[in-house]
Amino acid sequence: MTSAGEGARHLYVHLPFCAHRCGYCDFVTAVGRHDEHGRYVDALLRELEVESSLLAPRLDTIFVGGGTPTFTEPAALERLLAALPEAEEVTVESNPETVTPELARLLSRNRVNRVSIGAQTFHMHLLDVLERAAGPEDVRRSVYVLRDAGLDNISLDLIYGIPGQSPSDLERDLAETLALEPEHVSAYELEAKPGTRFTHAHGAELERQAESMESYFELVVSTLTGAGFRWYETANFCRTGTAPGGPDLRARHNLAYWLGRDYLGVGVGAVSTIESRRRRNTPGLARYVRALERRERPPREVEELTADVVAAERVMLGLRLDEPLSVVGVERALDAHELERLERLGLAELREETLALTTRGRFLGGGVTAALLA
Amino acid sequence: MDQSTHQDKIRNFSIIAHIDHGKSTLADRILQLTETVAARDMRDQLLDSMDLERERGITIKAQAVRVRWKGHELNLIDTPGHVDFTYEVSRSLQACEGALLVVDAAQGIEAQTLANAYLAIENNLEIVPVVNKIDLPQADPDGAAAEVAELIGEDADRVLRISAKTGEGVADVLDALVERIAPPAGDPDAPPRALIFDSSYDQYRGVVAFVRVVDGKFHRREQLRAMALGTIFEAQEIGFMSPVMRPVEALTAGEVGYVITGLKDVSELRVGDTLTSQKRPATAPLPGYKDVKPMVFAGLFPTDSDEYPELRDALEKLKLNDAALFYEPETSQALGFGFRCGFLGLLHMEIVRERLEREFDLDLLVTAPNVAYRVRPMNGEWTEVHTPSDLPDAFDEVEEPYIKASIIVPKEFVGTVMELNNDRRGRFDHMEYLSEQRVHLVYELPLAEIVLDYYDQLKSRTRGYASFDYDVTGFRPGSLVRVDVLVGGEPVDALSLIVHRDFAYERGKALVEKLREEIPRQMFDVAIQAAIGARVIARETVKARRKDVLAKCYGGDITRKRKLIEKQKAGKKRMKQVGGVEVPQEAFLAVLNLNEGARK
Repeated sequence: MTSAGEGARHLYVHLPFCAHRCGYCDFVTAVGRHDEHGRYVDALLRELEVESSLLAPRLDTIFVGGGTPTFTEPAALERLLAALPEAEEVTVESNPETVTPELARLLSRNRVNRVSIGAQTFHMHLLDVLERAAGPEDVRRSVYVLRDAGLDNISLDLIYGIPGQSPSDLERDLAETLALEPEHVSAYELEAKPGTRFTHAHGAELERQAESMESYFELVVSTLTGAGFRWYETANFCRTGTAPGGPDLRARHNLAYWLGRDYLGVGVGAVSTIESRRRRNTPGLARYVRALERRERPPREVEELTADVVAAERVMLGLRLDEPLSVVGVERALDAHELERLERLGLAELREETLALTTRGRFLGGGVTAALLA
Repeated sequence: MDQSTHQDKIRNFSIIAHIDHGKSTLADRILQLTETVAARDMRDQLLDSMDLERERGITIKAQAVRVRWKGHELNLIDTPGHVDFTYEVSRSLQACEGALLVVDAAQGIEAQTLANAYLAIENNLEIVPVVNKIDLPQADPDGAAAEVAELIGEDADRVLRISAKTGEGVADVLDALVERIAPPAGDPDAPPRALIFDSSYDQYRGVVAFVRVVDGKFHRREQLRAMALGTIFEAQEIGFMSPVMRPVEALTAGEVGYVITGLKDVSELRVGDTLTSQKRPATAPLPGYKDVKPMVFAGLFPTDSDEYPELRDALEKLKLNDAALFYEPETSQALGFGFRCGFLGLLHMEIVRERLEREFDLDLLVTAPNVAYRVRPMNGEWTEVHTPSDLPDAFDEVEEPYIKASIIVPKEFVGTVMELNNDRRGRFDHMEYLSEQRVHLVYELPLAEIVLDYYDQLKSRTRGYASFDYDVTGFRPGSLVRVDVLVGGEPVDALSLIVHRDFAYERGKALVEKLREEIPRQMFDVAIQAAIGARVIARETVKARRKDVLAKCYGGDITRKRKLIEKQKAGKKRMKQVGGVEVPQEAFLAVLNLNEGARK
């Protein structure tokens, strides 16, 4: 863990722009507004400058997320990437249709060494349901284009549980994914968040298929682990080298969240957690930009995390990982009686000073965590 | 005024009417017409003093009010209008010489009217029949009058037609009361005797008894004795209601009034008991005293176990005004600490529950009601069982309470009502035609068969036309067994039920099926079994969940995800743990909704 005063070693940068807001999305996004991209990047860089004292002298990771970062005007994107500090892992999120050879070269020459592609599914009819602009061909092409530009750490995002998706649709998505040989795969069950257009349109259908989602999750885990991937986090898988001692392909930036490390987030709606204080920038694009143009900090919500909350979050996040959680320092958050019961049920294992979930326990991670927390 | 002349001018009467047939409105009109209440003080339905009564149109506690009419003293003794309070009604009627039988001109006679009218006839009361609501467009005064005349064997011309709402004909009613009802008999010189027909509790003055003086004279500051219970107290104040308390020095034979006793416990003075003077006691009490026993029982548990002391205090307070309410502490391994409460019947239970929730702001879990059982264990003595799980595994004999049910329906529903009663182990007693259209059916039924959903079924199968009343007739042997429910291998005491052996299988099966729907999937398989003793008669399994994860969680999302987990955690805390299984409270009510599934 980062000790106080040393500064955060992880930086998140939010680029909210998208060509289209997908129905299921609940991130802070802004559609179009090409003329504003430059102004926004100026604001971002100003915020980074203002907050630079919160960062450690050397960063481990930077994650540029969105929105669709790769939808940002190339000039603005390049200006941003070039201005970012050095870091060992620099990830940029992308949508397949935005990945051109030019973009791939832009990323590559600006020290980006990891790209996450929002593939979601390889089925046209399901991409339509999700309102994604890319077709299955775009996904394949984007991977090759990135590889050609020398990017050798590629992650594909998949979504399962799309209304109308059959088990064989999912099997094919997994096979297509594996065929592209990504270093990393994230697979999420579609979340129909209340209030989204998507929930309005598909809520009833999603409720009907809720029970079959159990087998979908199992299918994802068994297929990917069967293909040699490591199920290192609830929804994340990485390739393991054929030889021992190969590179660790876990998403180091996200790992920092799950391990409870401090991180600075800049950009509209971005969240930071530094020294037990969590703050969220305003989600209003205009307010964010205006404040920084006046050389002021953007409006923020601040949440002070008590020691109990910090411990509870450590448990909640730590149990998402395949590596055991050290219970030192988080004992206060654990219900010993429940822990015993979960052990009896074969869901959790306490060994000396670490707590780990069994495979079945990981499938039930949410419920197990809710039970475990005191 | 000469004493006997005074007695000659007294008329004591009750009003018998079905809920909503206008009893309270008529009472209000009488108070107005006799100028007992100034118009400006008139509040709708003055006699019903509890909010709940006014809202539900039910009179829970009887009261008495004295009015003057053309030189006469009229005492209106209000009666509770519902089946559960038959005993109180009978005491009120015993305090009268006559009764106004009020029937809605549009609805005709209902089962409760009938039951109470029979009670009045049994008590030799002069019945003054009244058809009310003649102002309603759908009124059929002639039809209703013919039904009433037929019922009491009077001429239809003698049936008064009024509208309590507009006041039309109410003066004629008062005249008829004076003309037709006899003045009270009773010997003003005999040792004093007074019938307690109601009581209430005043937090400053203790128990207030409402009495009808039958013989002799009662004085303020006199030592009095309740003959059945033997309670002795001093009459701190005596008087009559008109409509507020008006103290007097004495009450004499034929009069109706109140006695403030200073007693701090309602159970020391019971309705139906006879008051007499300690100095010059009567030799025999008035007839008819019964110790009313609760027949319907249910467990009351606070939803939040921290509220147990509040529930106890609330029951104590309710009991002050409701001598019929019975309660004792009960510990359920599934529901924690609560009380097993006994009620006169279902309405009584509903009223108590509502008062607890409304007046005391308690959040309650009420288990499915059951009846009282009498059981003789192997080579043992008869005992009463109020909780199904208390029925021993082995016994020599068991008895359950039976009722005589009185049902009035339009003739086209006779078949469907008979079918319902047959399904409920009913035995046909007799039927009669009240008119060409309406039939009065009399059945004997086990009380247990009506405590759950009988009334709802009756109403829905007769499209709301049936009216229903019952009277408990006594205990009879039954072929009964206890069906236990086991969740995750552990018996859940609160879910045990006692059923007729012939229904055990289907009820057990229906119950475990219902529970399978109610118990959410857990992190492990949960077996739900119904068993008689060691023999499992039905089994269902709630399959373990295979997945319960939050799809994703990154830096921007941690607070929200943590709150989701906290919510999930709070949801679990609200469930009761039975053998490590989280059982939602609704599951304990599953048995309430069983019948439809099981019997269709």
